[in-house]
Amino acid sequence: MTARVGVVTFPGSLDDGDAARAVRIAGAEPVRLWHGDPELHGVDAVVLPGGFSYGDYLRCGAIARFAPVMETLVDAARGGLPVLGICNGFQILCEAHLLPGALTRNQHLHFRNRDQVLRVESAGTAWTNTFQPGQEILIPVKNGEGCYVADTATLDELEADGRVVARYVGGNPNGSQRDIAAITNAAGNVVGIMPHPEHAVEALTGPSLDGLGFFTSVLKHLVGTPA
Amino acid sequence: MTTHQDPAVRAAAGSVPAEPHAAVAPPAGPADAGRHNGPAPALDWADGVDTVQRAAGTGDELQPYAELGLRDDEYDRIRHILGRRPTQAELAMYSIMWSEHCSYKSSKVHLRQFGEKAPPSDRLLAGIGENAGVVRVSDTLAVTFKVESHNHPSFVEPYQGAATGVGGIVRDILAMGARPVAVMDPLRFGAADHPDTARVLPGVVAGVGGYGNCLGLPNIGGELVFDPCYQGNPLLNALCLGVLPVDRLQKKDAAGPGNIVVLLGAKTGRDGIGGVSVLASATFDEGSEKRRPSVQVGDPFIEKLLIEACLELYDAELVVGIQDLGGAGLTCALTETAASAGTGMRVWLERVPLREPSMEPHEILASESQERMLLVVTPEKLEAVLKTAEKWGVLATAIGEVTAPAPDGRPGRLLVTWNDHVVVDVPPGSLVDDGPVYARPMREPADLILLQADRAETLPRPSNPEALRETLLRMIASPNLADKTWVTEQYDRYVLGNTVLAQPEDSGVIRIDEQSGLGVALSVDGNGRYARLDPYQGTKLALAEAYRNVAVTGAKPIAVTNCLNFGSPEDPGVMWQFAEAVRGLADGCLELGIPVTGGNVSFYNQTGAAAIHPTPVVGVLGVLDNVADRVPMGFVPRTGGDHDQLFLLGDTHVELSGSEWAWVTHEHLGGMPPQVDLGRERQLAELMAEAARVGHLSSAHDLSDGGLAQSLVESCLRRGVGARVGVPERFADGSLPFVFLYSESAGRVLVSVPRGHEKAFTALCTERGVPWEQIGVTDPTSDALDVHGQFRIGLDELRAVHTATLPRLFGGSEAAQVQVEAARTGTTTIAPATAGQPVDVPEREQPADADDPAGEAVAAPATAAPVSGGPVSGGPETRAATAAGPDASAGSAPAPAAPAGSAPTSDAASGADTASAAGGHDVDVPTAGSTPQAGADDAAASGTGDGGGQRPTPDQR
Repeated sequence: MTARVGVVTFPGSLDDGDAARAVRIAGAEPVRLWHGDPELHGVDAVVLPGGFSYGDYLRCGAIARFAPVMETLVDAARGGLPVLGICNGFQILCEAHLLPGALTRNQHLHFRNRDQVLRVESAGTAWTNTFQPGQEILIPVKNGEGCYVADTATLDELEADGRVVARYVGGNPNGSQRDIAAITNAAGNVVGIMPHPEHAVEALTGPSLDGLGFFTSVLKHLVGTPA
Repeated sequence: MTTHQDPAVRAAAGSVPAEPHAAVAPPAGPADAGRHNGPAPALDWADGVDTVQRAAGTGDELQPYAELGLRDDEYDRIRHILGRRPTQAELAMYSIMWSEHCSYKSSKVHLRQFGEKAPPSDRLLAGIGENAGVVRVSDTLAVTFKVESHNHPSFVEPYQGAATGVGGIVRDILAMGARPVAVMDPLRFGAADHPDTARVLPGVVAGVGGYGNCLGLPNIGGELVFDPCYQGNPLLNALCLGVLPVDRLQKKDAAGPGNIVVLLGAKTGRDGIGGVSVLASATFDEGSEKRRPSVQVGDPFIEKLLIEACLELYDAELVVGIQDLGGAGLTCALTETAASAGTGMRVWLERVPLREPSMEPHEILASESQERMLLVVTPEKLEAVLKTAEKWGVLATAIGEVTAPAPDGRPGRLLVTWNDHVVVDVPPGSLVDDGPVYARPMREPADLILLQADRAETLPRPSNPEALRETLLRMIASPNLADKTWVTEQYDRYVLGNTVLAQPEDSGVIRIDEQSGLGVALSVDGNGRYARLDPYQGTKLALAEAYRNVAVTGAKPIAVTNCLNFGSPEDPGVMWQFAEAVRGLADGCLELGIPVTGGNVSFYNQTGAAAIHPTPVVGVLGVLDNVADRVPMGFVPRTGGDHDQLFLLGDTHVELSGSEWAWVTHEHLGGMPPQVDLGRERQLAELMAEAARVGHLSSAHDLSDGGLAQSLVESCLRRGVGARVGVPERFADGSLPFVFLYSESAGRVLVSVPRGHEKAFTALCTERGVPWEQIGVTDPTSDALDVHGQFRIGLDELRAVHTATLPRLFGGSEAAQVQVEAARTGTTTIAPATAGQPVDVPEREQPADADDPAGEAVAAPATAAPVSGGPVSGGPETRAATAAGPDASAGSAPAPAAPAGSAPTSDAASGADTASAAGGHDVDVPTAGSTPQAGADDAAASGTGDGGGQRPTPDQR
């Protein structure tokens, strides 16, 4: 049976189509979810895509966090539903307190789009289990507010618990503390990542195929998850 | 809400003209007795409204038409059309619709050529006069694209000016029924090191990025040009590409009397009032900064919602007609949609949702608030339209309805009321089509003859390897040739997941059909210096470059758009430049067989008496049947000692006038721009398409600013692959190696061909009549660019120098600092990063060069050969031998000499020939060119196997 992976569209979501394409290329069925509909339509996992939900007004992700779909999603995520937040999705997950810390304005104050090397630090999550720990991958980064910050205790806890999922290598594109590019929750089912794995799933349009691993990981995870 | 109620008509019967379709042109005069009954004028004025009725009774009242940019005769004409003085609102409407920006009154007589000379095309679904041209690219899909200027606002308020420039062109594309899928941004600024450039550029770049990124449109290319002529008038041109199913093409006609007029999108505010008339149609003076309120403020989030809402409306077939609101706002949208259909329109202005409730009718009509569209929908579909808008959180308001033409068949009238007062009663066509048209006086600028006589071919040139090496490093660091990553990485190029190629590639390539791989390639190019020297040729050169940039990707060019940036049309010299440019573009398109599908004119780009260089920016769109066949610009890494062969296609003449080198090194602009042969460009394009399709090419890169040297460096750095190049024998002596590397002759492409394809590729070149010459090989193991007998520069050094300039100028990031450090430490030579202002330093002292202990011995070519242990093992052989053999092991070196008798002088070459004869420098005229077949014939004759396309020996003087 094909896994069904939901992709939420908020007003201002931009990479929702790309996330759906990545899900499809990975071999799952993408299911488009609407911000105003609290129903998750029985999906097996959810991707919160990149973009500028609600125009990034107030704070990135601050308004999307109150969308009807998020009410349901937060509960489901706490119950173990795999959720991947990419870029704006990561920001929403932080605003929704599914992940600790916050994403702030890039230290150099510019939007930055480049092909970025990441080191996968944790292959134990629902979204990274097809990678090797320490594996270096190449994925586009593109954000204006991708500087990950948290208090020292939180950072230390993330490190100690192996919850730093990926780090920037060869240059930190936004000033994130401890070069953090992606983190996960304690259970490993919710992952927030600032770079865009959905833009590295086709040789023709991406710098590598490394992004595909995030989407195949969740399928592997779902196969191993008791129904 | 509903529009069926008509409170205005019911309540104000006395103030509404009994016969809205009455004759429009009674003699101008104060009185129209029939309309002078009803409330006293004083009462209207007390309400703060200048009504039609009041206007009819107060014909002598002075009106500020001159301040609004209208001339005396234009004002008289309005009075004649209306048969009375215009109301305040009408005056505002005429002033903006008859402004240069909206009416094209100075350019119209010239722009006709685009239609008259258009080659026949069965692809064109919508052309000039529409919001954007639409071109069919398959049985089911069409694309639309257009480039537009937002120059003046971007100077006044860089961020918002640029942002709304992007927003405006995106709505043009949306109005055609297309989903916008990519943007490009040709940008021009003053001197790179001028303090005001540091104000304008970062704001413009942030604005283009801020808006485009937030809309989710990949930025796939553009231009970044610095020249002092743009100091007071930077140019922000923005291009948008859209895709639509052929049957979703939308019209702007307000057809069907009784249909509802809906305003969709943002609320209307005071921003941008008078933008077109006050800003875009007058030259800048000292008070320009006070005009900031005339610049619109953008909200890309609303525009994103507007896009999604409109696409949903199109797909549900809920729209009869649609028009975007841009320059001239509601005025333009109402009059154009009505005039286009020949209908009239009845509008209740108080229904327009306002950001500022105190706005007056003329302000509402003139406001250029962004993110608005005007829809015409049938009454039964209104509910569905409003529902769709609500789904996307977009405001939708029925503000009027379409009215019938007059019974005698004449077009209807636009009747606008505001709280029951009739404030506008005009024939819509009079604003749209009946504006003034001027055949302005034209005269070739008096200085042109002297300028053209002052040729760059006579300037001192580098004539030894050391000087050439130094020149190359200085050139690749100069602002116009330096790496543009500082700008382009502020743009999202990945969003939508269909970007196959983006900057710094020659063209942006977008996949438009995932199933078939169908895609389009787009490039925008212009060269103000060439156009200054010869606007006719310069415009053809811009067209040729954009066309070639599309062709090198393997795409077939099919359509043209343009943005013509010029000074004041009231200056006969500028008008002459404009006329010549239009003629050049129209003639060029005819020769290439591709139509102009739309465009934009921007006049008054001048501060005081100083106009910008005439700057026609030309966009060319091409089709790729399968984007997997696209050819990128970078040399390809190979393993196991493998490499590709490098070929230079086209002829290299001594053409340095107007070149980047002349400007960077000598701050010189003079002479005649390079020759352009569009027939040759066409052959080249056909060759490239075929070679790409059959897989002969691993890379292809157009030669333009900075010549072959620049293209070599860019192709090497793109993927970090070195190359070894030999200077052909006929360019061996004196400053000819420099000419080989820096001439800007048109019609040339640098390609790399994988092993095993050389013979087939060169045979194809010969068959297609394109001159070719093997000039070297890629060298994946060397990490250096080696020009044999001249210099060898490591890729690290090239990269450090090439990438340091913009971060140094515009501030940078931590990464930029690293790069600057690399530039400082990575080379002990002349990295401009350490030198401050490379532009101003013509010829430096020869520095110590660790790689070249023989650096001082410039007079002896043999001693200047690289001795740094690179892969070239030739060492100090004679020049004839070394120049011939970049890759002896491959057995593919160019032949040392061409057969005698093969040096006919082509027309193109003779131009260069004559030119440089007057030079008196240590040169040189390679009478390259000859007939297309000559290269192949020579190759065969000289028997040099697969490498041979040798051309005639230069005529040494």
